[in-house]
Amino acid sequence: MTEALLEVRRLTKSFGAMMVSAQIDLTVAAGEIHAVIGPNGAGKTTLIAQLAGELKADAGTIHFLGRDITPLPVHRRARLGIARSFQITSIFQGFSVLDNVALALQAHNGHNFRFWRDARSCLAMRRTALEMLARVGLQQRAQSTAGNLSHGEQRQLEIAMVLATRPKLLLLDEPMAGMGMEESERMVATLRSLAGEYTVLLVEHDMDAVFALADRLTVLVYGRVIATGKAADIRSNVEVRRAYLGDGPIQVRHA
Amino acid sequence: MILDRAGTRLRPGSRFSNGACAIIPGCRSAKAVARGLILLLVLLLLACVPLFGDLFYTRLFTRIMIYAMVALSLDLILGYGGMVSLGHAAFFGLGAYTVGMLAHHGVVSALLSWPAAMAVSAAMALLIGAVSLRTSGVYFIMITLAFAQMLYYFFFSLDAYGGSDGMPMTARNTLGGWIDLGRHDHFYYLVLGVMLLVLLLAQRLVRSRFGMVIQGVRENEPRMRSLGFATYRYKLVCFVIAAAVAGLAGALIANQTLYISPAFMHWTRSGDILVMVILGGMGSLIGPMLGALSLLLVEEALASYTEHWMIVLGPLLIVMVIFARRGLYGLLAGSKAGD
Repeated sequence: MTEALLEVRRLTKSFGAMMVSAQIDLTVAAGEIHAVIGPNGAGKTTLIAQLAGELKADAGTIHFLGRDITPLPVHRRARLGIARSFQITSIFQGFSVLDNVALALQAHNGHNFRFWRDARSCLAMRRTALEMLARVGLQQRAQSTAGNLSHGEQRQLEIAMVLATRPKLLLLDEPMAGMGMEESERMVATLRSLAGEYTVLLVEHDMDAVFALADRLTVLVYGRVIATGKAADIRSNVEVRRAYLGDGPIQVRHA
Repeated sequence: MILDRAGTRLRPGSRFSNGACAIIPGCRSAKAVARGLILLLVLLLLACVPLFGDLFYTRLFTRIMIYAMVALSLDLILGYGGMVSLGHAAFFGLGAYTVGMLAHHGVVSALLSWPAAMAVSAAMALLIGAVSLRTSGVYFIMITLAFAQMLYYFFFSLDAYGGSDGMPMTARNTLGGWIDLGRHDHFYYLVLGVMLLVLLLAQRLVRSRFGMVIQGVRENEPRMRSLGFATYRYKLVCFVIAAAVAGLAGALIANQTLYISPAFMHWTRSGDILVMVILGGMGSLIGPMLGALSLLLVEEALASYTEHWMIVLGPLLIVMVIFARRGLYGLLAGSKAGD
């Protein structure tokens, strides 16, 4: 296995009596697409929130690039190269599509205590932003107001924004949530194009998408890792089938 | 040009409806030219006010321009930064008191006392902001209000400088050269110049990288953080800049009225400024200035009929908020202004 980019050890978090992360061990290798699956309420989104720094873990450590990032706040982790998409699309609704991506670029290109020069006059940045949009197929919508995009397009935009921060690790929380067939397929194609270039931790309910994309899987049930391994191994793992896959298609989306 | 800039900011980020303007900044549409002409006309009218020779109007419009600056400064944090501060008048009053107290001790040069007024307001904003900005929403409203009222009562009981009665200033500051601030027309043109400079700087600011960050925070702060922005820092700087501008306006109002009282800092004054911003149209810079103009004109006109002029203004404000959420500026510039 290649070098570990993210190493989670004994990560534990509970809300009152409910343990949402129970001694989670998770290793994400550089360059892989690692999916985290599990039934509703398994603690997948909570795990992402702890990795991104929005939630503080009760115990355990998170190492990223060999460095202990457990105490770091969200923005410091983002600057180290951890970028995330949200389960509920999180973009700048009132901005133009292009400005959304340009602002994401701004986060990692020079400093932002610049008060005089027009931010939009930086042609290099706007060109890069357009390239990012082209990557997710939104270059035609660059001038639209982000809030006017369709749901699928907004999710694609969020991916473009995340890519604009030049992340070393992408945390994608159900990128296919609420999408129709066609939109899902486009998203799968977009994510597939990231393979090899980016390291991705993917939380997703759409099993077709997961098995189409993931190199390795971790199965989470009630905050506990019950299996982790290559996609093919997980598919045949009896315990996983019983806990999760065998239950038939997932009907209710994780809230 | 200035109005174009403001117009494009009305709906943040939505200026690129026309393909040719997508990548090339500074390209102007016909609408923008029209707005530029209107602004030129307004400027011309403003420049003519002292020429009519009626002191009443010169003084009235000086006051209006000063409040326009305060409203603009509140718009930076409220309209662009999304921070609802109910204590903005504190920084306005601090600026006025700084000038008054310095004059009391013999410092009468505007070149010294006006920057001092800005510095004092900015420093206080740094303290207040550092605490307040750890909260948001209703808590932020309450905490800014509380700080402002603390300052109000501090000056209210500061008997060495007039206490509750306030303190008079014997004469306006001096600027040297051929500008005599004691002359109403000279002072008027100076205030006009300062106001335009502040407007120009603010318009550059909201379009700068910093301005984009601030608007990003207003739109979606969690998203900003997860993109890697230390949002607290940007909000604090924005808060301090707005306070410095309010402090400058305070320095001007002290010179205008030659009387500084705690009333400048009272929370109802903060409310008036808030009304100006909302009435005029948040997040447009020009709008809040229009708000200041209309509020003070309406007040002036109605107050001559009845002291209960708020009875008329109240319903007017309700109608504005319900039917023209983007304020006077939204009405004037049209629903698609800036596109």
